[in-house]
Amino acid sequence: MYAQLVETGVKRLKTLEEMSEQERAFQERIDAEIKIEAKNWMPDAYRQTLIRQISQHAHSEIVGMLPEGNWVTRAPSLKRKLQLMAKIQDEAGHGLYLYSAMETLGADRDTEIDKLHSGKAKYSSIFNYPTLSWADIGAVGWLVDGAAIVNQVVLQRTSYGPYSRAMIRICKEESFHQRQGYELLLTMMREGTQAQKDMVQDAINRLWWPSLMMFGPSDEHSPNSAQSMAWKIKRQSNDELRQRFIDQTVPQLELLGCTAPDPELKWNAERGHYDFGQIQWDEFYEVLKGNGPCNQERVATRRQAIEDGTWVREAAVAHARKKHNKNAA
Amino acid sequence: MSASTNTDLIQYLLRLGDSAMVQAQRLCQWCGRAPALEEELALMNVGLDLVGQARNWLEYAAELADDGRDADHLVFRRDERAYRNLLLVEQPNGDYAVTILKQFFYDAWHFAVLQGLCHSGDARVQGIAAKALKEVTYHLRRSGEWVERLGDGTEESRRRMLAALPQVWRFTVELVDADAIEQRLFQAGLIGNPEQVALDWQHQVEAIFERASLPVPQPASHFYLSGRQGVHSEHLGLLLAEMQFLPRAYPDATW
Repeated sequence: MYAQLVETGVKRLKTLEEMSEQERAFQERIDAEIKIEAKNWMPDAYRQTLIRQISQHAHSEIVGMLPEGNWVTRAPSLKRKLQLMAKIQDEAGHGLYLYSAMETLGADRDTEIDKLHSGKAKYSSIFNYPTLSWADIGAVGWLVDGAAIVNQVVLQRTSYGPYSRAMIRICKEESFHQRQGYELLLTMMREGTQAQKDMVQDAINRLWWPSLMMFGPSDEHSPNSAQSMAWKIKRQSNDELRQRFIDQTVPQLELLGCTAPDPELKWNAERGHYDFGQIQWDEFYEVLKGNGPCNQERVATRRQAIEDGTWVREAAVAHARKKHNKNAA
Repeated sequence: MSASTNTDLIQYLLRLGDSAMVQAQRLCQWCGRAPALEEELALMNVGLDLVGQARNWLEYAAELADDGRDADHLVFRRDERAYRNLLLVEQPNGDYAVTILKQFFYDAWHFAVLQGLCHSGDARVQGIAAKALKEVTYHLRRSGEWVERLGDGTEESRRRMLAALPQVWRFTVELVDADAIEQRLFQAGLIGNPEQVALDWQHQVEAIFERASLPVPQPASHFYLSGRQGVHSEHLGLLLAEMQFLPRAYPDATW
């Protein structure tokens, strides 16, 4: 999930009786599965929640370019370099879609990006982990994009039309990346040397738990979920999505011939699901607060890029104005 | 094809492939650091095109050389003295003015070269060039527009372009100064006329610089390095150390 812990600002759900006429009409539209569009009336808290969630999602695409960009100059073959470059390019495109979707809500892209750079806005906790070997690039494709897809497939049905349509487009490209990431690991495991196989297992050991954290806090500690579910911004709970991800990922892990760093992970025939161990929630909250391994570097890099590029953007604006004036004259 | 023409063509294919590869590697270094999101997208897009072209040229070079090496081997296992790229493309990215000028000079040259190669007597060269020309048409349009924006934008952007120009300009000597290999390949009908390339390049630069109100410097003079002969600036070794690290460290690995 690329948006974790999105505040709704709502303490308690209103009943239909407590709602104003407008609010009731809105909720009935949601309940009837009719998409909300930019010009429709919506509660301010719905609007603000979506701005927070979609901007967090967009920021994640952009910050998410950095851990992979760390290896794009070191990709070990022409084929892998091409794949990684195409993937990074797609991510920048996803960021653009999402900022556009967010702007239909009346938010401003530059303002929201400033919040990212000042540490006020969040992005997915996963991108605060370093990429330390080439296998991490495969593991990011497989696990991180895999987790994102589980979340985004559901978000294709989210109640806000522009967000839902962005998800449909993004999911197509994202699935492609995920398969490439998995194929990269499979090649290292099946055709690689012992050193490469060790690299793959080590990457999984480091990225397994952070990937599970992408789905956000457990349902009992997810105070904003009830309202997001009632508004059908969210369609399934954090724990449901996490369980689905684990159930579909463990067989892939076995096919690789690797293991998860979780001694409690085992099939539970009674539940029809995999049981798994306890997530280190302290770590999750620390990373989200800014105390993860790469938080400072990630934000500093993005802030620096935009600061260093100020004169370039100003030149583009000034030139466009000159050209416009020339044409008008 | 005679044996000596074959040797010339291999050298020439290495030049094309290596320049595209090194230019793409420099673009990769911008990842996550570009001045705008749209530029992230564009830089990676152009880089992607160039890696694709490098692969096409180097695969053909490897087939002609037929010494057991493939395109990956040529990219990831050759030392700097064996690299044949233009000095221009190996220069560090600097600020966006340097990056854009490098890109523009390279694109304008690349475009003229590929136009010539589209009429090559070698069908394979012709085919690769025709595909590449479509991509480079876009690259040239984009970099030319940026030269204009930055040259004729704000005072600051103009100051930076004027500062970047002498840094980058000296490396353009290789773009207009054909050597014996190119002359022979032209005589054999395998590549376009190098003199035409030099003229087209000059015209392209003059046209865009005029729109950007930038002064066109006197032609750059030879200065004792030659990327085409494998005598590079000190920047290439470091660039290759980074790019080749994994295949060098794990020579038996399959990626």
